[in-house]
Amino acid sequence: MTPRQDVAATVTSAHHVERNGRLGGWAHRHARWLFPAPAIFLVVAIIAYPIAYTVWMSLQEWYASSLTAPKFIGLANYEKIAVGDPRFREAVVRTVYFTVLVLVGETVLGVAMALLFNREFWGRGLLRTLAILPMVATPTAIGLVFVMMYHPTLGVANYLLTVIGLSPFKWTYSSQTALYALALVDVWQWTPLIMLIALAGLASLPREPYEAAHIDGASTLRAFWHITLPLLRPAIVVAILFRAIDALKTFDIIYIITQGGPANATETINILLFNQAFSYFNMGYASSMAVALFTVVMGVSLILIKVRRTTAW
Amino acid sequence: MVMRGWRRRWLGTAGFYALAVLFMLPTVFVFYWMVTLSIKPQVEATAYPPSFVRFSVTTAGYREVFTKYPFLLYTWNSLVVAVGCTGLGLAVGLPAAYSIARWRQRRLALAILVARIIPGISYLIPWYIFFRNLRMVDTYGALILTHLIVGLPIIIWVMIGFFEDVPADLEDAALIDGCSYFGTFWRVALPLVKPGVMATAILSFVFSWNNFLFSVILAGRQTRTLPIAVFNMISYEEINWGTLAAAATLITLPVLVLALLVQRHIVSGLTFGAVKQ
Repeated sequence: MTPRQDVAATVTSAHHVERNGRLGGWAHRHARWLFPAPAIFLVVAIIAYPIAYTVWMSLQEWYASSLTAPKFIGLANYEKIAVGDPRFREAVVRTVYFTVLVLVGETVLGVAMALLFNREFWGRGLLRTLAILPMVATPTAIGLVFVMMYHPTLGVANYLLTVIGLSPFKWTYSSQTALYALALVDVWQWTPLIMLIALAGLASLPREPYEAAHIDGASTLRAFWHITLPLLRPAIVVAILFRAIDALKTFDIIYIITQGGPANATETINILLFNQAFSYFNMGYASSMAVALFTVVMGVSLILIKVRRTTAW
Repeated sequence: MVMRGWRRRWLGTAGFYALAVLFMLPTVFVFYWMVTLSIKPQVEATAYPPSFVRFSVTTAGYREVFTKYPFLLYTWNSLVVAVGCTGLGLAVGLPAAYSIARWRQRRLALAILVARIIPGISYLIPWYIFFRNLRMVDTYGALILTHLIVGLPIIIWVMIGFFEDVPADLEDAALIDGCSYFGTFWRVALPLVKPGVMATAILSFVFSWNNFLFSVILAGRQTRTLPIAVFNMISYEEINWGTLAAAATLITLPVLVLALLVQRHIVSGLTFGAVKQ
C-alpha cells in the first residue's frame, strides 16, 4: 500500500458514519451547494446587495447629512455627470491619463527588466524578494515616505536631482507636476508585478524557435522581435489588463499624498466621488459616479476574462 | 583572442550587474530612506543636504510614537480586524474553494473574481449607510465584514489552485470507503493543502492589515486601525519626520516580514492564479 492510500484507508474506515442518517445523507447529496453556500451568501450580502443599492441610490437626490428623505429624480444625476459637471469630466480625463501614464511606464520598464533578468545569475532569489516588497508594503507607509521625499525644500528627491545636475521641482506640491509625481509612486510600486509576470512568461517560452532562428542566421534583435515578443504577448496583455483595472481604482496613494490637490490637480474619479460622498454627503450624486466607474472597470475586466479564455492558462 | 573573449565576458557581466543595481536601487532606496529617517534625530532628519550613511542614531521617534499616541490600541485594532477577517475568510472560503475545484464551478469562481474587480469605493456608500443605520460604524464587526471583500477572493482563488492539485484518486478512495464529502474535505484534502492554507492566511492578513479605504470611513475613535491612525499623524507631525518615519516603519515592517514567508505565492495571489510561479 502506498503511503497515500494508507492515509485514505485509515481516515475513512473510522468515519463512515457521517453519510448515514437522514441529515447526513441529505448533506452528502447536496454537498456541492452546501460547501460554497456560506461564501455565496456573503458575496450576495456584502457585494451584490450593495451594488444594487448603489444603482438605486444613483436615481435619488439625498444628502446623508440632512434629515429629508431621498427624493427620486430618475436619471438626473447621470445627466449631470454626462454633460453638466465640468469637474467630473476633468476627473475622468485625469483618471484615464493617470492610468495610461502608469501602464506605459510600468509595461516598458517591467518588460525591459524581465528581459534583463531572464538568465541565471548570482542574486536571482534576492531580486525576486526585493521585487515583491513594494507590492505588499502598507500604502499609508509608502505614501508617508513619498510625502517626505517629495518635500520641495527638504526632500531627498530634489537633493538627488541637483546631485545629477537637474533643477529641482515641486513634485506633489505643484498642480503642474503632482499627477506625474503620483504616477511615479505607482510605477515604483507596481513595475515589479509586470516584471514578475513577464519573467514567468519568459520562463515558459519554448527553445526550438530560437534554435531554428539561429540556424537560419537571424540576429538576436530579429529573434527578439519576431519570436520573443509575439510569444510573450499573452502574458504581457494579462499583466497590463490587471494593472489597468487597479490603476483605474487607485485611491490610497492619491488620497494619502495629495487628497486630490493641489487645486484639484490630482482629483481622479475615485477622489471626487469619495469627497462627494463623505465630505458633502451628496450620496445620490456620488452613487451615480460610482456606477459610472464600476461600468468602466467592468468593461476592462470583461476583456480580461475574454483574453483569459483565449490564451488558455 | 582568448584574452579578448574573456575580457568581453567579464565586461558583459559587470554591465549586467551595474544595470541590475540601477533598476533595483529605487526599490531599496525608498525602504532604506524610511528606516534611516526613523532612527535619525529630528535635526538630522530634516537636514539639507540629507545625510545618507553618516548620521547619529536615536530611538526618540519610536518612543514618541508610543508615548504621544495610543499606538498599542491601534495595533490591537489592526490585529483584531486582520485576524477576524482572515479567520472568517478561511472558514467560508476553504469549503468554497474546495467545491469550486472539485466540481469545477467556473461560474462561481468568476462571481468571486468580480468581487475583486469592482472598485471598493463603489461598495462604500451603501455600507456606510447600512452600518450607520445599524449603529455599527466604529465596530470591529463592520471592519471585519468589509475587509472580507479583500480577503475572501484571495483566499478562494489561491486555494482553488491548491485543491486542484490534490490527487482525485485519493478523495475517490475515501468516498468509496464510505466517507462523506465533508469527511473527505476535512480529513483528506485539507491536511494535504496545509501549506497553502498558511500562505493564503498570511496573504489575507497582509491585505486586511494594509487596507485604507474601508477603514478610513468605517473605523472610528474606538476601532481606528494603524493605516488610518498613521495617516492622521501626517497633519500633526508635519515636520517631525523622525516620528512619522518611525510610525511608517512600524506599520509596514510586520507585513514585509510576513510577505517574505509566502513570497512564492504573492504574485499568484495578486493576479488571482493567472500567473503561477
